[in-house]
Amino acid sequence: MRPVLAREERAGPAFVTPALALIAGVALVPMLGAFWLSLHREMPVFRISRFVGLDNFAFLLRDPRFLKSLGNTAYLTFLGVAIETALGLGLALLLHRSFPGRGLARAALLVPWAVPTVVSGRLWEWILNPSYGILNHVLGTDLNWLGHPSLAIHAVLLADVWKTTPFAALLLLAGLQVVPRDLLQAARVDGAGAARTFFHVTLPFLRPALLVVLLFRTLDSFRIFDVVYVLTGGGPANTTETLSVYAYKLTFSTLDFGYGSAVAAVTFLCVLGLSLVYVRLLVGRRA
Amino acid sequence: MIRRAALWGAMLLVLAWSLGPFLWQGLTSLKPTGELSRLPPILPTAPTLDHYRGVFEGRPFARYLLNSAAVAGGTTLLALAVGSLAAFALARLPVPGRRLILGLFLSITMFPPIATVSPLYLGVRALGLRDTLFALIVVDTTFALPLAVWVLTGFFREIPEDLHRAARVDGCTPFQAFRRVHLPLAAPGLFATGILVFIAAWNELLFALTFTATDRSRTVPVALALFPGLHEVPWGEIAAASVIVTIPLVVLVLLFQRRIVSGLLSGAVK
Repeated sequence: MRPVLAREERAGPAFVTPALALIAGVALVPMLGAFWLSLHREMPVFRISRFVGLDNFAFLLRDPRFLKSLGNTAYLTFLGVAIETALGLGLALLLHRSFPGRGLARAALLVPWAVPTVVSGRLWEWILNPSYGILNHVLGTDLNWLGHPSLAIHAVLLADVWKTTPFAALLLLAGLQVVPRDLLQAARVDGAGAARTFFHVTLPFLRPALLVVLLFRTLDSFRIFDVVYVLTGGGPANTTETLSVYAYKLTFSTLDFGYGSAVAAVTFLCVLGLSLVYVRLLVGRRA
Repeated sequence: MIRRAALWGAMLLVLAWSLGPFLWQGLTSLKPTGELSRLPPILPTAPTLDHYRGVFEGRPFARYLLNSAAVAGGTTLLALAVGSLAAFALARLPVPGRRLILGLFLSITMFPPIATVSPLYLGVRALGLRDTLFALIVVDTTFALPLAVWVLTGFFREIPEDLHRAARVDGCTPFQAFRRVHLPLAAPGLFATGILVFIAAWNELLFALTFTATDRSRTVPVALALFPGLHEVPWGEIAAASVIVTIPLVVLVLLFQRRIVSGLLSGAVK
């Protein structure tokens, strides 16, 4: 048996190595590279590269555009995740009931999930078009959805909610399978109404699925880029600019790799902080 | 009776909300240019394929589609190859620091891509790989690996361990046990993972936007994001292009609905 075991012991690490090498070389090292860049005044096209310590980060605090993009990201994340979760829960409860055509509805729900985000940006751009858009036509309004500062961010929100709610709904639908049927029946026999049954029986069982949805959606939403880039490009007047979009523009339009990396690093730290909070909530409950 | 009607109503609402925006894009793509700038009519009075022709005439759109297919296909194959090997080891072989490695993979899913894109861009440029499909495939594969490894580890664990022991006793090397016993049995898992990876790579924008420079490696999402027209936006062509990129995905989704959902769930819940 000995040589067999020795083989297993060598094979295990060897089989994991290619995956780990990719993760290290293409994710971890670049991540550290971004922190390294953020400590520099770095503009490769002008051959500028000099160590400036934490200057970039100090400047962030005085940069109204950064603070605005941080605020926009937080606004989109918290409002978006709240709406997606609530809507997703409603959809999950609906699709959990058995009725003819449920399979069709479930398949339809996967369409927004699968549509490329670029396409979803483009199709909402067309629906919201001020002159030819169907939304203004249906509502009988004449609103400039993407050009008005306080409307545009909600247009982004709408497009994001449309695209991402199905994910929340499908995870919650799976969570609902865990709720024991006899417990639901017992609640009904005991005369509990639909609302009481939901809050006292369904919701406690759904808690882990809800936390997973909140975790995934929050982290994903905080790095929102594609839909903003296509739908508004961050405008009008930077009112829809998110951290990822601002970092992207700084790096690839202004060609300021140092400062752009500082914004990217802050995005990473925010996501890290948020995920630690969630992991605590998840693990704390299980223990 | 009323409950039944309410359920039907709710379901119609779900269908309208999910499919409506995309169907509208589909209708737009069939409208003659003159009808784009007025409402009504809602439906095209004389449906035309002009915009579809326009998409391919104004730019090398077939090339973009080919690039996208190559990137998504290459990423899927590479992620499945590298990911299944790692997942097999993590599920069935002694690997020091197993939990740590799984935790590392999980934490990578939380990385905001924007935080790696500028060093990656500089690295890709320094290696002379800018504007190549290869660079995109490697980067997309890396960010697909966490999902692939997690989902596949789950699938390999469901294969009875006795089969692994039997294969080893019969003289299989660990790699043969992987190749001949586990890989065929985990085929449904590989398939579900493959679809998820393919869709993610097909849709990816940020890396494609930064790494590609010319038509040589430009993918469809980039082309669609940068569609020309500062003054006269070609809405009909944009709609047609949107339909063209989305159709393969809609077909995948409708064909493999169950597998996609099971893959999504095992990726998220474990």
